[in-house]
Amino acid sequence: MTGFLAILQRDLRLALRQGADSVMVVAFFIVTTTLFPFGVGPEVNILARIASGVIWVSALLAAMLSLERVFQADYEDGSLELLTLSPVSLELLILGKVLAHWLTTGLPLIIAAPLMAVMLNMDQDGFAILMIAMLLGTPALSLIGAIGAALILGARRGGVLVSLLVLPLYIPVLIFGAGAVEAALLGISATAQLQIMAAILLLTLAAAPFATAHAVRQAME
Amino acid sequence: MADFSGSDLTCLRGERLVFGGLSFAAKSGDAVMLRGRNGAGKSSLLRLMAGLLAPRSGVLCWNGENINDDRTAHYARSQYLGHQDAIKPVLTVRDNLRLWGQLRGVRNLDAAIDEALVALQIHHLSRVTGRYLSSGQKRRTALARILIGQSDLWLLDEPTVGLDRESCAELAQLIAEFRARGGIVIYSTHVDLDVKNPTILDLDDFAIPMVEWLAEQDDLEDMTPAKGALSSQEAAQ
Amino acid sequence: MHRFAKPSVFLKFTAPILPWLSVLTVILIAAGLYFSLIGSPVDYQQGHTVRIMYIHVPAAWMGLFCYVGMAICGAMSLIWKHPLADICARATAPVGATFTALCLITGSLWGEPMWGTWWVWDARLTSMLILLFLYLGYMALVNAFDDPERGSKAGSALALVGAVNVPIVKFSVDWWNTLHQPASIVRMDGPAIDPSMQLPLALMILGFTCYYLVVLILRVRLELNERRIRALHLSGMFDEHSTPAPPTEQSYDAGHNAEAKQ
Repeated sequence: MTGFLAILQRDLRLALRQGADSVMVVAFFIVTTTLFPFGVGPEVNILARIASGVIWVSALLAAMLSLERVFQADYEDGSLELLTLSPVSLELLILGKVLAHWLTTGLPLIIAAPLMAVMLNMDQDGFAILMIAMLLGTPALSLIGAIGAALILGARRGGVLVSLLVLPLYIPVLIFGAGAVEAALLGISATAQLQIMAAILLLTLAAAPFATAHAVRQAME
Repeated sequence: MADFSGSDLTCLRGERLVFGGLSFAAKSGDAVMLRGRNGAGKSSLLRLMAGLLAPRSGVLCWNGENINDDRTAHYARSQYLGHQDAIKPVLTVRDNLRLWGQLRGVRNLDAAIDEALVALQIHHLSRVTGRYLSSGQKRRTALARILIGQSDLWLLDEPTVGLDRESCAELAQLIAEFRARGGIVIYSTHVDLDVKNPTILDLDDFAIPMVEWLAEQDDLEDMTPAKGALSSQEAAQ
Repeated sequence: MHRFAKPSVFLKFTAPILPWLSVLTVILIAAGLYFSLIGSPVDYQQGHTVRIMYIHVPAAWMGLFCYVGMAICGAMSLIWKHPLADICARATAPVGATFTALCLITGSLWGEPMWGTWWVWDARLTSMLILLFLYLGYMALVNAFDDPERGSKAGSALALVGAVNVPIVKFSVDWWNTLHQPASIVRMDGPAIDPSMQLPLALMILGFTCYYLVVLILRVRLELNERRIRALHLSGMFDEHSTPAPPTEQSYDAGHNAEAKQ
């Protein structure tokens, strides 16, 4: 457990000192969301109709953009080797790194989401569900993304590649995340969608650290 | 009394055969110096010993027990120093070292870090962030890492890179102290490091011509006549 | 198991099978094409368009079959560190991707006259499209490394992760589709299939599977032989500039030179 906290603390401290990363993710999220009204036109009804989907897609892209740096910096400066060689299990350390990634990207996105929802004229009924759905969805995005980020270590054009690998795997989160908000807006209970999202989160929580650790060990060979 | 040994190790990197049939043995207090040309596999052997790489064949044993059986124990007793220093430019020297100490569960971590920094004469740098360090200072910080916490085995890959003559002498001194405590040091170096009577392991002795190895693995069964033809051609030259 | 993993054993074992399998493939596909294009009746609703189905359905089957094959190879490479498993997975991907693409193309060719549109966001179509993306991701990953072996290993891990995800994706796409679009679309499996249509369909499915096996064997052989050539190059056997010396000594030195150049 000390190992988990140690790596979490270090990664958070790094993110803080290097700064800007979280800010850039949120800025990207806001800018992408802002593009949609230009694309579809400023009509209030249409924007309100597509708001939940737009917010989810933008959040997905923003979360994905920051993936590459989860392991890349540690890979390049040799820290990842030492993490692999530490007596603490690599799976636990990866979980710590993923949690740090979520705290610095997922959490700011959740906070920024209602702001964008207001700007897109989303009905207020959906706000609470949007936040809850993102709270369940974004950790799963970080966990799935970590697998992709570990697989591309040492590859050429890693950044583009990771999106190609990870985006198809993000589809279930998108479907149920947007579905939950949609249901709330229609006045239907969104419990079913939220439960499925929780199931996806638990499944990724159980499986992703092992897959990621396997990929990291492979990259060390 | 601990002993660390490897028998009949074969290492493949990618598709390249690095060395084969390599055996070694080291006991508490021993130092093993790896020698060999570029590409002879010094780094690969050290990574193999650390447990980063898996040998294609052969086993590595600590006190007669395969290190693969209990990886955590092997990681806990060994300290590996690679080519890279693993220093984050935005963290101070102390914070950089703290993580590695925490991962090893070192008690009295701050005292241990102080001690290591003093030993490498970089205590005055403890609050300096990584980006302001010279390459020699970075290397010393990396060396300070291996002093933190208990360990029985040092695997040093070119520890002298970036170090000046005096630092090399200090390193030799640290190695001597570690050996006196019963540690095993295995290292590769291009400069003369003043280590007393090391066992020398020349990796060039274990280079196997790839063709021979392939033939032995019967990968090339159906190509033997072709090989024969080629060698007769060579003989004709 | 591991005995078979040796490249020379694979090469030896497959050499006699290959011609027979190729002939079988040609016969099956030729017969399948005859029965599907000429020998089968015209559908009373769909007219001649129904003949697209004889390509479309086997292609869809192959798309899924190849992915399952890749995932099994991925598992084998993970569990037994089987070198041949990685190569097989790598050789399967382009075949599977092509069949998946073929399935999508024929599907939209069929959809245009039948549904009046090239593409609908039907659950089946969408999940096939995602399958195609997974194939493309796999191929991009496998080819993104300088060391081909590292690429294959990463690919095997991805194939496994994808295999866990495919059912989830499929299930969520079904859910998503039923939520938005009630089943208003004409379904492929509307009328029960007539026996006269079953025969060409079965022949085509068998023919496609055999074709896949032939391509798989060819590609694996190619990859194995390429590896040997690379290994021989690394060994320095082809190095013309090496100094004259006793043969063994020479290849030894040349090997080191080749390594140093890397």
